Amino acid sequence: MIDITMPALSPTMETGTLSKWVVKVGDAVKSGDVLAEIETDKATMEVESIDEGVVAELVVAEGAEGVPVGQVIMRLRGEGEEAAPASKATPAPKAAPGAATVEPPALARQEPSPTSGAGGEVIPVAVHEPAAARGEGASRVIATPLAKRIAALQGVDLAAVAGSGPNGRIVRADVEAAVGKPVAAKAAPVAGDATPAPVPGGDKKAAAPAFGPPFSDIPHSEEKLGNVRKVIARRLTEAKQTVPHFYLTNDVRIDALLKLRGELNAALEPRKIKLSVNDMVIKALALALRQCPKANVSFAGETLVSYTRADISVAVASPSGLITPIIVGADMKPMSVIATEMKALAEKARDGKLQPHEYQGGTASVSNLGMYGIKQFDAVINPPQGMILAVGAGEKRPFVVGDALAIATVMTVTGSFDHRAIDGADGAELMAAFKALIEAPLALVA
Amino acid sequence: MTETFDLVILGSGPGGYVAAIRASQLGMKVAIVERERLGGICLNWGCIPTKALLRTSEIYHYMTHANAYGLAATGVSFDLAKITERSRKVAGQLNSGVKGLMKKNKVTVVEGVGSLTAATEVTVTTGDQTRVLAAKNVIVATGARARDLPGVAADGKRVWTYRHAMVPPEMPTRLLVIGSGAIGVEFASFYRDMGAEVTIVEMLDRMLPVEDEEVSAFMQKTLTKQGMRILTGAKVSDVTPGAAEVKATITTADGKAETLAFSHVIVAIGIVPNTENIGLEALGVATDRGHIVNDGFGRTNVPGLWAIGDVTGAPWLAHKASHEGIIAVETIAGMHVHPLDKAGIPGCTYSRPQVASVGMTEAKAKAAGLEVKVGKFPFIGNGKAIALGEAEGFVKTVFDAATGELLGAHMVGAEVTELIQGYVIARSLETTEQELMHTVFAHPTLSEMMHESVLDAYGRALHY
Repeated sequence: MIDITMPALSPTMETGTLSKWVVKVGDAVKSGDVLAEIETDKATMEVESIDEGVVAELVVAEGAEGVPVGQVIMRLRGEGEEAAPASKATPAPKAAPGAATVEPPALARQEPSPTSGAGGEVIPVAVHEPAAARGEGASRVIATPLAKRIAALQGVDLAAVAGSGPNGRIVRADVEAAVGKPVAAKAAPVAGDATPAPVPGGDKKAAAPAFGPPFSDIPHSEEKLGNVRKVIARRLTEAKQTVPHFYLTNDVRIDALLKLRGELNAALEPRKIKLSVNDMVIKALALALRQCPKANVSFAGETLVSYTRADISVAVASPSGLITPIIVGADMKPMSVIATEMKALAEKARDGKLQPHEYQGGTASVSNLGMYGIKQFDAVINPPQGMILAVGAGEKRPFVVGDALAIATVMTVTGSFDHRAIDGADGAELMAAFKALIEAPLALVA
Repeated sequence: MTETFDLVILGSGPGGYVAAIRASQLGMKVAIVERERLGGICLNWGCIPTKALLRTSEIYHYMTHANAYGLAATGVSFDLAKITERSRKVAGQLNSGVKGLMKKNKVTVVEGVGSLTAATEVTVTTGDQTRVLAAKNVIVATGARARDLPGVAADGKRVWTYRHAMVPPEMPTRLLVIGSGAIGVEFASFYRDMGAEVTIVEMLDRMLPVEDEEVSAFMQKTLTKQGMRILTGAKVSDVTPGAAEVKATITTADGKAETLAFSHVIVAIGIVPNTENIGLEALGVATDRGHIVNDGFGRTNVPGLWAIGDVTGAPWLAHKASHEGIIAVETIAGMHVHPLDKAGIPGCTYSRPQVASVGMTEAKAKAAGLEVKVGKFPFIGNGKAIALGEAEGFVKTVFDAATGELLGAHMVGAEVTELIQGYVIARSLETTEQELMHTVFAHPTLSEMMHESVLDAYGRALHY
């Protein structure tokens, strides 16, 4: 069924009088046929059909005054459509042809850049769902060819970009804003022809290569990305493209840690608390960061932010994707508290119930894949944080003790550091401090 | 008595009157203040009357070259007074057209000299009467005027500005044109085609310095072949008007100075914004080298006060002013608009041959650090151009190699001022080379060269 609405016959017209119906129910009309005469404050004008069909219903009676622009005045039955009884419900007024579309709500594309300073969010709460819903098909994204090309080059998901062009079309400027770059010379500042401020790390030439479309001839299924997945994709692309990573790997002996864990867990049993190795790693990293403040930092463009507290984000797998709840002030919390908090946060994460304040922030991250038997891996920094620690499995390995070969339980850890903020030596100092705390773990409980 | 409006516009050139129409369309109560003639320089003393003159010289050129087309035209001559008269009639017709548009759109036209007595109040003086117009917003669209040579005022006798050159009292025999921008080159072309001996002096190292370097070089070669003397990197000094001639000293790039006599001098060395005596200083309106500074939407630093067009700076083009006017008015109306994209403004020079361009030159694109793909297609490779007897010129396109963005297009040759819009639309729609390649161009047309130029940028030109 095609709805015909009261057209805006002049830019100032708000209502019109339907002075005469030229067609009646059952008439076949084609594009260009006169449907009705509308009287405005200025003149009487004919309304022509732009569609083809059979008149199904005249919603507004002849002579009706003050019909608002956009209100449905009649319905056409398209070719092949059954002659159904006319709906009695009054439909909500549709936008008049030519009228401006509704402004998209404030959106996530103004996200702070990865280098915007302390406390930048990890996963934004609201991800705007724009163009997709506006197109003809649910998956159609309306964007200019250049916007599409640049989005592909920069790894921007157009479905997560709000369009500012005509009828919400995504234009180049929208994509560039989504990449977190200033739009060159588009909006000249009042001060004159100032060149746009350089963006740290935002070298255009460093853009990812354009990959072709996925292989559609291979049997496959497709799933529309959820918001969390989109944000993960964008933020990690951003991190890997704009943050110069360097990696430091260390083998850490954990026999003493495991022994201490056993003793502590025995002692904590009445309180029904059970420490995991990861809880102890969180504590050790937090203390190490406090001992090496040069590694507990954020690069913020013109400034370097040094934190005097260690908030540790912990990577947790949730059904919708990776999320990083935070142990705030892990350097000051007893491990029993860390264990309790971590258990609650992980549960919330699995149920998708984390509040934004529980996952936005953090001064460094821990990602632990040891439970999967992964020996060693390199993690992607979670901007604006300065480092992330990738923790492998603790396993028995041949180990040189003194001058003899012995068996030790060893865990390989790799720190990824933002080289803009942290130098190699400072990173190494942190890794050494971490190793010392794990290997002589009494300091963790002191 | 104070009259109140939603919007008062100071100046009725193509910036002001178009802004007035748009504001009226959006339901605003609008007044427009004009001290001379509705339509401003553009249609009274600029764009339009010069196009009338250039049409005359074009036809005259064809008549004197009729045998190239198998025609015979003997005893061809002209009447300068009638040529001017036609040009003035065209301007007059458009002037009354604007009057009609103002009436139709219920815009109050206030004739007189307006000045800002507050950010949103304009006092208009007509003779000994004054009217005070108060408004929610005021747009300054007072335009610009020709810059004088230091020490020599253009008096309309021997030394002319564009304004005198448009209504010549007599036909120049030896003409010196100082400045090789669009205005200088158009008058040079007109008077050369009408038979004058023409010398162009340009201070910079090439003529039409805002155009692509290849376009400048092509124009210098072509106009020289037409008999003009073109001196670049040269300076004019000691312009001394006498009764029957005007003497000028030209110092060429190699430092040699010679003093020559001309029948007339046209000064086309740029413009000065009209910012005096309209109350800007008292309001503390920010300016940059004389031009009012706006924010890309037309806003000045003074709330409620807007500025558009030539008075706000380059490019000094009517269509830039009109578009700025629309952006400003729609912003005032609370509509969501994009700021003016100067890279999307085409520029046209209606000389013979014509020049038209949009966006970045090849050199500018490279200077911006972009890797470019450049296409070029000559008129000689186009059937329609050969059939027209207009086989000189080329179409050049500059693409961003990374994104396929059409960074710029530069054309020289017959009718290119009408062709450029195709590329301007392409830029506005943000097409890449793919859409341009997949577009079907009608045959035989000059526009096929636009297709070929794009293909050439990607090594795929078909006819050359």
